[in-house]
Amino acid sequence: MAGVFTKRLFHSLRASTTVVLVSELASKDAPVGSHAAAAPYVITAENLTKRYGDVVAVDGISFRVPAGEAFGLLGPNGAGKSTTMKMIGGVSQRTSGSLSIMGLDPEQHGPEVRAHLGVVPQQDNLDEELKVRDNLLVYGRYFGLPMSYLKPKADELLEFAQLSDKAKSKVDALSGGMKRRLTIARSLINEPRILLLDEPTTGLDPQARHILWDRLFRLKEQGVTLILTTHYMDEAEQLCDRLIVVDKGKIMAEGSPASLIREYSTREVLELRFGSERNASVGAELGGIGERLETLPDRVLIYAHDGEAALEQVTSRGLRPVTSLVRRSSLEDVFLRLTGRSLVD
Amino acid sequence: MIKKAELTQAPQTAGPTAGTGTLRAHAPEVSAARARRWGAFYYAEQVLRVMKAYGWTIVMYGVGQPVAYLFAMGVGLATLVQANGAGAFGGVSYLTFIAPALLISAAVMTAANEFTFPVMDGFKWRRVYYGPHASPLTPEQIAGGQIIAVTVRFLLQSAIYFAVVALFGASPGAWGWVSILIATLAGLSFGLPLMAYAATIKEDRGQFAMVMRFIVMPLFLFSGTFFPLDTLPLGVRWIGWISPIWHGTELGRVVSYGYEEEPWLTIVHLVFLLVLAGAGWVLTKRQFAKRMAS
Repeated sequence: MAGVFTKRLFHSLRASTTVVLVSELASKDAPVGSHAAAAPYVITAENLTKRYGDVVAVDGISFRVPAGEAFGLLGPNGAGKSTTMKMIGGVSQRTSGSLSIMGLDPEQHGPEVRAHLGVVPQQDNLDEELKVRDNLLVYGRYFGLPMSYLKPKADELLEFAQLSDKAKSKVDALSGGMKRRLTIARSLINEPRILLLDEPTTGLDPQARHILWDRLFRLKEQGVTLILTTHYMDEAEQLCDRLIVVDKGKIMAEGSPASLIREYSTREVLELRFGSERNASVGAELGGIGERLETLPDRVLIYAHDGEAALEQVTSRGLRPVTSLVRRSSLEDVFLRLTGRSLVD
Repeated sequence: MIKKAELTQAPQTAGPTAGTGTLRAHAPEVSAARARRWGAFYYAEQVLRVMKAYGWTIVMYGVGQPVAYLFAMGVGLATLVQANGAGAFGGVSYLTFIAPALLISAAVMTAANEFTFPVMDGFKWRRVYYGPHASPLTPEQIAGGQIIAVTVRFLLQSAIYFAVVALFGASPGAWGWVSILIATLAGLSFGLPLMAYAATIKEDRGQFAMVMRFIVMPLFLFSGTFFPLDTLPLGVRWIGWISPIWHGTELGRVVSYGYEEEPWLTIVHLVFLLVLAGAGWVLTKRQFAKRMAS
């Protein structure tokens, strides 16, 4: 049943244009420059800057997103991700720089730009007094869509969001994960080609996150361009084709999750805990093991191609960590390397 | 408002899905054009749907309040008041004298509710404005939509109120029904400046309760509601002069029982209400746009 509906949704989404464009894409690493209206990039930002008084929230960032890509902004809270999303969404004015969404400047063509987008904000802002299905109908009206389209579409999207049995419930009766899925369903009512997701899974339990990721994957398969902010590295690794690592309003690095890990980290990481008293002092005795050493308050990280071999070297020096763990490098390590700080404070 | 036929002009996107799906949204350009034109009405539809959830309260407010007031004041108090001679009320019954005032006051009190807490809810509590803000609607249209919806409520509530007043025989003039429109205008002239103020509030420190207690109540009591304004000492008479309730009430009296006043004064009442509503609308639009763009 769900498969049938998903298939219908696939057909109903205007995937065709984006799919075609993706196949025409030149190198994703092409330099940022001026582009014609027919350029395959759906979003182009150049030196995008946003200041609130003396505070620089976004500090001259440039990036381009081709159609159909899942593009992530990864960074800690306060890095400027949400501000960037608001500018892309045409609801916050930039201080300087240029921005083009589907070839349009969101400041001059706000309604036109927003008509192209689906937006999932960081905080749910559903109509709590209205029933679940009515939330979709009312939202669709903002796009001037007639009820003859909206009624069947709302049922289709509820099926997609696994909320069909809740269609007549009030929104405040839904769990956090369900509200999130309803917000995503709502954002799809106008069949957007670009979906903006600001911290889509923050505050959700692991199971709810996985359900949500699955839905986002399906959209990606249908050719919807996903723009996603997150401070969860696993989310970024799972969903993003390419991402920018943002810190203090600046881009620290750009690339696919795998290429970033290759470039900024080793294949494996050895995590050692010697107890909070000793972690710092033991660092000096670990010199020469692995390619790089990072001493954190709660643990010591040794970056090495072969974590097990590094652990053997540690024990051969007579050091006895309380716990040890060998794991693959992740984007967390990339972020640590780039900023000297952890992603989740 | 939207014809089915327009749907078929939807996006003719080439590709494998073209023509296969029967269910297709129209092109973003069409959405944007419609939103630019009708956006405020789209948002009004949302507010009216939410109001429907407490529609029963609105109807009860519309019927219950006039019945209670008209009985208490118009029938109970009137016997006492009229014992002192009806001359003080321009030769009409006390009930006829206070009915337009009660109608106008009810609209102003509704304005004090509809243009305060829901605005705070929109910007802060449940952030309901930020959903439509991400759609093609503009902040000005969101403000306009809410105003349209509340105007519908004013009209509905005042019509019910007027019907009750008429049943009590308290609106003898043929033009009495115009007081429905006057009440709506008075509600907007008080409500729109208040809405502009509500849109500036970032922290709720009981400001709205203060507005009710120290603005709405004094206006209600000292606007020539229960007795002619010129029976008050000059020291407090100014409250009436700056009060939309007084200007609305005087207009209401003119249309409902042919209350005689200088024609220029009637024009002053009307202009006062229009200017206040107009200024409130301009300030509200500006404040919504400013707050939502930050």
